[in-house]
Amino acid sequence: MSVNRRDGASAPVVTGVGVVSPNGIGVEAYWKAVLAGSSGIGEISRFDTDGYASGIGGEIKGFDPAEHLPSRLVPQTDRMTRLALVAAEQTLADADLDPRSLPDFAVGVVTAASAGGMEFGQREMEALWSKGGAYVSSYQAFAWFYPVNTGQISIRHGMRGASSAVVTEQAGGLDAVAKAGRHIDQGTPHMLAGGVDSALCPWGWLCMSRSGRLSTVADPDRAYLPFDTDASGHVPGEGGALLVLEDPEAAERRGARKRYGAVVGHASTFDPRPGSGREPGLRRAIEAALDQARVGAGDIDVVFADASGVPDLDRQEAEALAAVFGPRGVPVTAPKSMTGRLLAGGASLDLATALLALRDEVVPPTVNVTSPAYGDLIDLVLDQPRECSLTYALVVARGYGGFNSVMVVRR
Amino acid sequence: MASFGIKELVDVLRESAGEDEDINLEGDILDIDFESLGYDSLALFNTIRWVERDLGIALSDEAISVTGTPRALLDEINRAAAQAA
Repeated sequence: MSVNRRDGASAPVVTGVGVVSPNGIGVEAYWKAVLAGSSGIGEISRFDTDGYASGIGGEIKGFDPAEHLPSRLVPQTDRMTRLALVAAEQTLADADLDPRSLPDFAVGVVTAASAGGMEFGQREMEALWSKGGAYVSSYQAFAWFYPVNTGQISIRHGMRGASSAVVTEQAGGLDAVAKAGRHIDQGTPHMLAGGVDSALCPWGWLCMSRSGRLSTVADPDRAYLPFDTDASGHVPGEGGALLVLEDPEAAERRGARKRYGAVVGHASTFDPRPGSGREPGLRRAIEAALDQARVGAGDIDVVFADASGVPDLDRQEAEALAAVFGPRGVPVTAPKSMTGRLLAGGASLDLATALLALRDEVVPPTVNVTSPAYGDLIDLVLDQPRECSLTYALVVARGYGGFNSVMVVRR
Repeated sequence: MASFGIKELVDVLRESAGEDEDINLEGDILDIDFESLGYDSLALFNTIRWVERDLGIALSDEAISVTGTPRALLDEINRAAAQAA
C-alpha cells in the first residue's frame, strides 16, 4: 500500500482534460452525452464476433486517424496510440500548455496500459506466420509495446521530464495519475497523465473473454448492468482520458486558465490470494485515500464506482462502500454503463467525469440498471442526472488480478 | 522488369512510413537527403525492406542512411535489381 500524506495547498491541480470515448470525442461532447444518458455501447462492428461468446462493446465510431494525425504517425501506431495522441493534443490545448515553450525537463508523461497495441501486433503476427518475416512492419518494434503511448506523446510534444507507464489493468487509469502526482512532488512541475486503451480486435477479444468476466448477453442495453439483479459481467470498450496535472504554484506562474480540481488523495492496495477468505483490499484502499486527503467519509459527496458488472465483485464493492460511508451514505454512480469498461483508460475517464461533475455540481447517471441488487447498501444514481452540492468526489478502480486504486478529488 | 523510379519510391515511402505534411514529395526531391524529407532511420528501414521484398533484392545496411538521397538509393536499388535479373 502506498500512502503519502499531502497537505491540501500543495496538491496537484488538474488544468486540462482530454477525452476520447465511445459516446463522444472531446470533453464537452462526451459530457453532454453522459448527462443525456446517451450510450456508446453496441454490437462490435470492426471484426466478426461470430464464434465468440460475446459480441457487444463500446466502440469509438467514425474515427479516421488521417483526419486527426500527421501521416508520418499513422503507419507506426496502433489504434490505442492514435486515440491517445488525439486525447493528448486535446488535453494540452485545454490546459493551454505548450511543452516546447518550457524548459526541457519541465513536463513529463505517465500513461496506463493493459497490454499494448494488440490490433497492430495481431496484424504483424499474421503477416509473420502467413507470409514471412519480410512482411512484418519495422514499427512492430515499438507499436505494440505497452509504454508506447507515453513515448509517442513525449516525442510528439517534446515532453522530456520524468515519464513512465503503469500496467495495473483498470486500476492503471488512477495509478498513472497518482504516479504523475509523485513526479510533481519530486520536482517535475507539469505532467500529462492518464490512460487511453483499445483491444477491440480478435486477439484482444479472445484475451478479454478468457477472464470470464465478459457478458454474453446479446442486447446492448442489457449486457452491462452493474449492481443490477441481472448483472452478467461487463462489456469492453475503447478510449479513455488524459489530464494535465500541475504543481499549483507552477500553474499559477504560467497563468493556467482552468482549474478542474485538485487530486488530494490516492491509495492503492492488492487483494489477498483468491480463496484465502480474507477481506478484499478495496475498503483499505478507500480508507487510505481518505486518510491521505485528510477528509472523513462524510466529506465525500459522490462516488464513481468501479462497477464490475460481475455479481460477486459488485457485491464486494457495495459492501466496501457501505462499510466506509454507511448504508446508502453517499450517491454512487457508474457512467461507464454508457461506455463499457475501457481497460487502462476507464478509470481515467471516470476521474475526468468526476471533475466535470464537481465543476457543474451534477452527478451523472448510471444507465440501463432497472433492478438494483444492493439498494440496501448503496444509493445508485439511476436514469437521470442528480443536481446537488459537490465538493469532493471519490473514484474507485479495480484491476483484473487484484489491483485496487482509489482517488479523491476536490473542486 | 519495369524500372523502379522516384514515383515508385515515393509510393512506397507514403504507404510504409507516411509523409511529412510540410514537404512536397511531388517536387524535385532526388537530391534532398531523407532526413530533410522527414524520414528517420526506422522509416527508411521499413521502406527499404518493403522494396527489397517486392523486387526480390537485398540491399546492404549501408543503403539505409538518413543522410543519403533518393537518387543514391534508387541507384543502389536498380543496380541490385539488374544483378538479380
